[in-house]
Amino acid sequence: MGPLAINEIISENTNFLLAFFIGIGFGFVLEQGGFSSSRKLAGVFYGYDTVVLKVFFTGAITAMLGLLFFSLFGWIDMDLVYVNETFLWSAIVGGVIMGAGFIMGGYCPGTSFCGAAIGKIDAMIFIIGLFIGIFFFGEAYDFFEPLFHAKDMGSPRISEFFGISEGILVLIVIVAAILMFWIGEWAEKKFPREEY
Amino acid sequence: MEKSKSRKYMNPYLAGILLGLVVLAANFISGRGVGASGAIKSTIVAGVETIAPAHAAGNEFYDNFSKANDGKPIQNWLVFQMLGVIVGGFLSGVISRRLTWKVEHNPKIQSRTRLIFALLGGILFGLGSQLGRGCTSGSALSGMAVLSLGGFISMAAIFGTAFVLAYFFRKLWI
Repeated sequence: MGPLAINEIISENTNFLLAFFIGIGFGFVLEQGGFSSSRKLAGVFYGYDTVVLKVFFTGAITAMLGLLFFSLFGWIDMDLVYVNETFLWSAIVGGVIMGAGFIMGGYCPGTSFCGAAIGKIDAMIFIIGLFIGIFFFGEAYDFFEPLFHAKDMGSPRISEFFGISEGILVLIVIVAAILMFWIGEWAEKKFPREEY
Repeated sequence: MEKSKSRKYMNPYLAGILLGLVVLAANFISGRGVGASGAIKSTIVAGVETIAPAHAAGNEFYDNFSKANDGKPIQNWLVFQMLGVIVGGFLSGVISRRLTWKVEHNPKIQSRTRLIFALLGGILFGLGSQLGRGCTSGSALSGMAVLSLGGFISMAAIFGTAFVLAYFFRKLWI
Protein backbone atom coordinates (compact mmCIF):
# COMPACT_ATOMS: atom_id res chain seq x y z
CA MET A 1 0.00 0.00 0.00
CA GLY A 2 2.42 2.68 1.18
CA PRO A 3 4.23 4.82 0.30
CA LEU A 4 1.10 6.19 -1.37
CA ALA A 5 2.81 8.66 -3.70
CA ILE A 6 5.43 6.21 -4.94
CA ASN A 7 2.84 3.48 -5.55
CA GLU A 8 0.85 6.12 -7.48
CA ILE A 9 -2.18 5.70 -5.24
CA ILE A 10 -2.20 9.48 -4.99
CA SER A 11 -1.21 11.94 -7.74
CA GLU A 12 1.81 14.24 -7.65
CA ASN A 13 -0.38 17.25 -6.94
CA THR A 14 -2.15 15.46 -4.08
CA ASN A 15 1.28 14.57 -2.74
CA PHE A 16 2.27 18.27 -2.77
CA LEU A 17 -0.98 19.21 -1.05
CA LEU A 18 -0.42 16.58 1.61
CA ALA A 19 3.17 17.84 2.02
CA PHE A 20 1.63 21.16 3.00
CA PHE A 21 -0.57 19.46 5.63
CA ILE A 22 2.34 17.35 6.91
CA GLY A 23 4.24 20.64 7.26
CA ILE A 24 1.36 22.14 9.27
CA GLY A 25 1.56 19.17 11.64
CA PHE A 26 5.34 19.44 11.80
CA GLY A 27 5.36 23.17 12.54
CA PHE A 28 2.48 22.90 15.00
CA VAL A 29 4.14 20.14 17.02
CA LEU A 30 7.53 21.87 17.03
CA GLU A 31 6.00 25.11 18.28
CA GLN A 32 3.85 23.35 20.89
CA GLY A 33 6.94 21.53 22.13
CA GLY A 34 8.78 24.82 22.66
CA PHE A 35 11.08 24.62 19.64
CA SER A 36 10.23 28.19 18.64
CA SER A 37 12.42 29.42 21.51
CA SER A 38 16.19 29.50 21.01
CA ARG A 39 16.76 29.72 24.74
CA LYS A 40 14.82 26.50 25.30
CA LEU A 41 16.66 24.80 22.44
CA ALA A 42 20.10 25.85 23.65
CA GLY A 43 19.18 24.69 27.16
CA VAL A 44 20.04 21.11 26.29
CA PHE A 45 23.71 22.05 25.94
CA TYR A 46 23.81 23.54 29.46
CA GLY A 47 21.38 21.15 31.15
CA TYR A 48 18.79 23.71 32.22
CA ASP A 49 16.20 22.59 29.66
CA THR A 50 16.49 19.27 27.85
CA VAL A 51 13.32 19.55 25.77
CA VAL A 52 15.34 19.05 22.57
CA LEU A 53 16.65 15.72 23.77
CA LYS A 54 13.22 14.52 24.89
CA VAL A 55 11.23 15.62 21.83
CA PHE A 56 13.89 14.64 19.30
CA PHE A 57 14.53 11.14 20.60
CA THR A 58 10.89 10.38 21.41
CA GLY A 59 10.10 11.49 17.86
CA ALA A 60 12.85 9.38 16.30
CA ILE A 61 11.83 6.28 18.28
CA THR A 62 8.13 6.70 17.51
CA ALA A 63 8.86 7.03 13.80
CA MET A 64 11.26 4.07 13.82
CA LEU A 65 8.80 1.83 15.65
CA GLY A 66 5.92 3.01 13.49
CA LEU A 67 7.80 2.17 10.30
CA LEU A 68 8.85 -1.18 11.72
CA PHE A 69 5.23 -2.07 12.53
CA PHE A 70 3.87 -0.70 9.24
CA SER A 71 6.44 -2.80 7.43
CA LEU A 72 5.55 -5.87 9.50
CA PHE A 73 1.84 -5.43 8.77
CA GLY A 74 2.60 -5.04 5.06
CA TRP A 75 1.27 -1.46 5.04
CA ILE A 76 4.48 0.03 3.68
CA ASP A 77 7.20 -1.27 1.39
CA MET A 78 10.40 -0.07 3.04
CA ASP A 79 12.35 -0.70 -0.16
CA LEU A 80 10.45 2.20 -1.73
CA VAL A 81 11.12 4.60 1.14
CA TYR A 82 13.95 7.07 0.71
CA VAL A 83 16.98 6.21 2.81
CA ASN A 84 19.47 9.05 3.14
CA GLU A 85 22.76 8.55 1.35
CA THR A 86 25.90 8.28 3.42
CA PHE A 87 29.01 10.09 2.26
CA LEU A 88 31.10 9.65 5.36
CA TRP A 89 33.38 12.69 5.36
CA SER A 90 30.89 15.30 4.22
CA ALA A 91 28.36 13.93 6.75
CA ILE A 92 30.86 14.40 9.58
CA VAL A 93 32.24 17.78 8.45
CA GLY A 94 28.75 19.04 7.63
CA GLY A 95 27.48 17.87 11.01
CA VAL A 96 30.34 19.60 12.82
CA ILE A 97 29.66 22.88 11.00
CA MET A 98 25.94 22.54 11.77
CA GLY A 99 26.74 21.89 15.44
CA ALA A 100 28.76 25.12 15.57
CA GLY A 101 25.87 26.94 13.90
CA PHE A 102 23.45 25.46 16.41
CA ILE A 103 25.31 26.66 19.52
CA MET A 104 25.93 30.11 18.02
CA GLY A 105 22.52 30.65 16.47
CA GLY A 106 20.33 28.73 18.90
CA TYR A 107 18.18 27.32 16.11
CA CYS A 108 18.26 24.69 13.42
CA PRO A 109 16.55 25.38 10.07
CA GLY A 110 13.16 23.82 10.90
CA THR A 111 12.89 25.40 14.32
CA SER A 112 13.97 28.82 13.03
CA PHE A 113 10.90 28.87 10.74
CA CYS A 114 8.71 28.07 13.77
CA GLY A 115 10.33 30.89 15.73
CA ALA A 116 9.91 33.28 12.81
CA ALA A 117 6.25 32.21 12.44
CA ILE A 118 5.48 33.54 15.93
CA GLY A 119 7.46 36.75 15.48
CA LYS A 120 10.97 35.97 16.77
CA ILE A 121 13.25 38.45 15.03
CA ASP A 122 16.39 36.49 15.93
CA ALA A 123 14.88 33.50 14.12
CA MET A 124 14.29 35.63 11.01
CA ILE A 125 17.91 36.78 11.06
CA PHE A 126 18.99 33.13 11.44
CA ILE A 127 16.94 32.31 8.31
CA ILE A 128 18.71 35.08 6.38
CA GLY A 129 21.94 33.41 7.50
CA LEU A 130 20.70 30.05 6.17
CA PHE A 131 20.10 31.61 2.76
CA ILE A 132 23.59 33.15 2.76
CA GLY A 133 25.21 29.87 3.85
CA ILE A 134 23.46 27.73 1.24
CA PHE A 135 24.08 30.31 -1.50
CA PHE A 136 27.74 30.40 -0.49
CA PHE A 137 27.93 26.61 -0.77
CA GLY A 138 26.39 26.79 -4.25
CA GLU A 139 28.81 29.46 -5.43
CA ALA A 140 31.82 27.67 -3.90
CA TYR A 141 30.62 24.23 -5.01
CA ASP A 142 33.80 23.48 -6.97
CA PHE A 143 35.80 23.95 -3.80
CA PHE A 144 33.55 21.69 -1.70
CA GLU A 145 32.87 19.09 -4.38
CA PRO A 146 35.78 16.69 -3.58
CA LEU A 147 34.74 16.56 0.08
CA PHE A 148 31.05 16.40 -0.85
CA HIS A 149 31.57 13.18 -2.82
CA ALA A 150 34.34 11.57 -0.76
CA LYS A 151 33.81 8.10 0.76
CA ASP A 152 30.47 7.21 -0.86
CA MET A 153 28.99 4.38 1.19
CA GLY A 154 25.67 4.18 -0.65
CA SER A 155 22.48 4.26 1.43
CA PRO A 156 23.15 1.74 4.19
CA ARG A 157 20.79 1.19 7.08
CA ILE A 158 22.70 1.19 10.35
CA SER A 159 21.31 -2.27 11.14
CA GLU A 160 22.79 -3.65 7.89
CA PHE A 161 26.03 -1.86 8.60
CA PHE A 162 26.43 -3.59 11.96
CA GLY A 163 24.84 -6.82 10.73
CA ILE A 164 22.05 -6.91 13.29
CA SER A 165 18.29 -7.06 12.87
CA GLU A 166 16.29 -3.84 12.67
CA GLY A 167 14.30 -4.82 15.75
CA ILE A 168 17.42 -5.24 17.89
CA LEU A 169 18.83 -1.96 16.62
CA VAL A 170 15.64 -0.08 17.50
CA LEU A 171 15.66 -1.72 20.93
CA ILE A 172 19.22 -0.48 21.50
CA VAL A 173 18.20 3.04 20.46
CA ILE A 174 15.22 2.91 22.85
CA VAL A 175 17.39 1.80 25.77
CA ALA A 176 19.95 4.51 24.97
CA ALA A 177 17.16 7.11 24.75
CA ILE A 178 15.70 6.09 28.12
CA LEU A 179 19.15 6.50 29.68
CA MET A 180 19.46 9.95 28.10
CA PHE A 181 15.96 10.94 29.27
CA TRP A 182 16.98 9.96 32.77
CA ILE A 183 20.17 12.05 32.53
CA GLY A 184 18.11 14.91 31.08
CA GLU A 185 15.61 14.89 33.94
CA TRP A 186 18.51 14.82 36.40
CA ALA A 187 20.29 17.72 34.62
CA GLU A 188 17.19 19.91 34.76
CA LYS A 189 17.13 19.55 38.54
CA LYS A 190 20.88 20.02 38.83
CA PHE A 191 21.12 23.15 36.64
CA PRO A 192 17.77 24.85 37.16
CA ARG A 193 16.92 28.23 35.64
CA GLU A 194 13.88 30.20 36.64
CA GLU A 195 12.71 32.42 33.79
CA TYR A 196 14.03 32.36 30.30
CA MET B 1 5.90 40.21 27.48
CA GLU B 2 2.74 38.63 28.83
CA LYS B 3 4.36 35.54 30.31
CA SER B 4 1.37 34.84 32.54
CA LYS B 5 -1.08 34.82 29.65
CA SER B 6 0.87 32.59 27.30
CA ARG B 7 0.11 28.93 27.78
CA LYS B 8 2.63 26.37 28.85
CA TYR B 9 4.36 24.16 26.34
CA MET B 10 3.18 20.65 25.62
CA ASN B 11 4.67 17.75 27.57
CA PRO B 12 7.90 17.02 25.66
CA TYR B 13 7.35 13.28 25.47
CA LEU B 14 3.85 13.78 24.08
CA ALA B 15 5.22 16.33 21.60
CA GLY B 16 7.87 13.78 20.64
CA ILE B 17 5.29 11.10 19.95
CA LEU B 18 3.29 13.50 17.78
CA LEU B 19 6.48 14.52 15.98
CA GLY B 20 7.24 10.86 15.32
CA LEU B 21 3.74 10.37 13.91
CA VAL B 22 4.30 13.29 11.54
CA VAL B 23 7.52 11.68 10.27
CA LEU B 24 5.70 8.34 9.99
CA ALA B 25 2.90 9.98 7.99
CA ALA B 26 5.44 11.62 5.64
CA ASN B 27 7.04 8.23 4.97
CA PHE B 28 3.72 6.45 4.53
CA ILE B 29 2.24 9.09 2.23
CA SER B 30 5.26 10.33 0.31
CA GLY B 31 7.98 7.76 0.93
CA ARG B 32 10.28 10.32 2.49
CA GLY B 33 10.88 12.12 5.77
CA VAL B 34 10.44 15.75 6.68
CA GLY B 35 13.06 18.45 6.08
CA ALA B 36 13.81 22.14 6.17
CA SER B 37 17.10 23.19 4.57
CA GLY B 38 16.12 21.59 1.25
CA ALA B 39 13.28 24.08 0.84
CA ILE B 40 15.73 26.97 1.14
CA LYS B 41 17.98 25.29 -1.40
CA SER B 42 15.00 25.04 -3.79
CA THR B 43 14.30 28.73 -3.36
CA ILE B 44 17.92 29.66 -3.96
CA VAL B 45 18.26 27.48 -7.05
CA ALA B 46 15.01 28.92 -8.46
CA GLY B 47 16.22 32.44 -7.65
CA VAL B 48 19.63 31.99 -9.29
CA GLU B 49 18.01 30.41 -12.36
CA THR B 50 15.67 33.36 -12.73
CA ILE B 51 18.25 36.09 -12.18
CA ALA B 52 21.28 34.51 -13.85
CA PRO B 53 20.19 31.54 -15.99
CA ALA B 54 23.56 31.10 -17.70
CA HIS B 55 25.38 31.10 -14.39
CA ALA B 56 22.97 28.52 -12.95
CA ALA B 57 23.36 26.25 -15.96
CA GLY B 58 27.14 26.38 -15.65
CA ASN B 59 27.16 25.43 -11.98
CA GLU B 60 26.83 21.76 -11.18
CA PHE B 61 25.15 22.35 -7.81
CA TYR B 62 22.30 24.43 -9.24
CA ASP B 63 22.05 22.50 -12.47
CA ASN B 64 21.90 19.02 -10.90
CA PHE B 65 19.21 20.08 -8.48
CA SER B 66 17.16 21.74 -11.18
CA LYS B 67 17.36 18.69 -13.43
CA ALA B 68 16.38 16.40 -10.55
CA ASN B 69 13.26 18.57 -10.19
CA ASP B 70 12.28 18.46 -13.90
CA GLY B 71 13.59 21.99 -14.37
CA LYS B 72 11.18 23.40 -11.79
CA PRO B 73 13.30 23.68 -8.64
CA ILE B 74 10.64 25.56 -6.69
CA GLN B 75 8.02 22.88 -7.29
CA ASN B 76 9.48 20.66 -4.64
CA TRP B 77 7.88 18.59 -1.89
CA LEU B 78 9.91 20.35 0.80
CA VAL B 79 8.84 23.80 -0.34
CA PHE B 80 5.17 22.87 0.17
CA GLN B 81 6.03 21.22 3.46
CA MET B 82 7.93 24.29 4.75
CA LEU B 83 5.03 26.59 3.82
CA GLY B 84 2.98 24.27 6.03
CA VAL B 85 5.53 24.58 8.85
CA ILE B 86 5.13 28.35 8.85
CA VAL B 87 1.33 28.01 8.96
CA GLY B 88 1.47 25.28 11.63
CA GLY B 89 3.91 27.22 13.82
CA PHE B 90 1.78 30.33 13.47
CA LEU B 91 -1.45 28.47 14.38
CA SER B 92 0.23 26.98 17.43
CA GLY B 93 1.41 30.46 18.44
CA VAL B 94 -2.13 31.82 18.06
CA ILE B 95 -3.69 29.03 20.10
CA SER B 96 -1.10 29.28 22.87
CA ARG B 97 -0.96 33.11 22.73
CA ARG B 98 2.72 33.31 21.95
CA LEU B 99 2.67 35.74 19.02
CA THR B 100 5.00 38.65 19.80
CA TRP B 101 7.62 40.56 17.85
CA LYS B 102 10.78 40.15 19.82
CA VAL B 103 14.47 39.39 19.82
CA GLU B 104 14.74 36.58 22.30
CA HIS B 105 18.01 36.66 24.18
CA ASN B 106 19.72 36.13 27.48
CA PRO B 107 19.25 39.39 29.49
CA LYS B 108 23.02 39.41 30.09
CA ILE B 109 23.72 40.14 26.43
CA GLN B 110 22.43 42.86 24.11
CA SER B 111 19.98 42.07 21.35
CA ARG B 112 22.58 43.24 18.85
CA THR B 113 24.96 40.50 20.05
CA ARG B 114 22.16 37.95 19.80
CA LEU B 115 21.35 38.99 16.25
CA ILE B 116 24.99 38.89 15.12
CA PHE B 117 25.37 35.36 16.44
CA ALA B 118 22.00 34.34 15.01
CA LEU B 119 23.23 35.46 11.59
CA LEU B 120 26.59 33.69 11.96
CA GLY B 121 24.88 30.55 13.25
CA GLY B 122 22.46 30.59 10.33
CA ILE B 123 25.29 30.96 7.80
CA LEU B 124 27.16 28.01 9.32
CA PHE B 125 24.03 25.87 9.60
CA GLY B 126 23.13 26.60 5.99
CA LEU B 127 26.60 25.70 4.75
CA GLY B 128 26.79 22.59 6.94
CA SER B 129 23.36 21.39 5.83
CA GLN B 130 24.56 21.20 2.23
CA LEU B 131 27.68 19.21 3.08
CA GLY B 132 25.62 17.03 5.40
CA ARG B 133 22.89 16.51 2.74
CA GLY B 134 20.22 17.73 5.12
CA CYS B 135 19.82 19.34 8.52
CA THR B 136 18.52 18.24 11.89
CA SER B 137 15.11 17.48 10.34
CA GLY B 138 16.01 15.95 7.01
CA SER B 139 19.23 14.18 7.82
CA ALA B 140 19.24 13.52 11.57
CA LEU B 141 15.57 12.99 12.52
CA SER B 142 14.20 11.59 9.26
CA GLY B 143 17.42 9.70 8.59
CA MET B 144 17.28 8.04 11.99
CA ALA B 145 13.62 7.11 11.44
CA VAL B 146 14.59 4.95 8.45
CA LEU B 147 17.71 3.75 10.30
CA SER B 148 20.04 5.47 7.82
CA LEU B 149 23.69 5.28 8.88
CA GLY B 150 24.15 8.83 7.62
CA GLY B 151 21.26 10.00 9.83
CA PHE B 152 22.93 8.67 12.95
CA ILE B 153 26.26 10.23 11.92
CA SER B 154 24.61 13.61 11.33
CA MET B 155 22.85 13.47 14.68
CA ALA B 156 26.03 12.58 16.56
CA ALA B 157 28.12 15.20 14.74
CA ILE B 158 25.59 18.02 15.21
CA PHE B 159 24.81 17.43 18.88
CA GLY B 160 28.34 16.32 19.76
CA THR B 161 29.91 19.46 18.30
CA ALA B 162 27.36 21.74 19.94
CA PHE B 163 28.08 20.10 23.31
CA VAL B 164 31.85 20.47 22.84
CA LEU B 165 31.53 24.14 21.85
CA ALA B 166 28.89 24.97 24.48
CA TYR B 167 31.51 26.09 26.99
CA PHE B 168 32.96 28.70 24.62
CA PHE B 169 29.57 30.22 23.82
CA ARG B 170 28.12 29.99 27.34
CA LYS B 171 27.87 33.78 27.71
CA LEU B 172 25.26 33.80 24.94
CA TRP B 173 22.93 31.49 26.86
CA ILE B 174 23.63 31.33 30.61
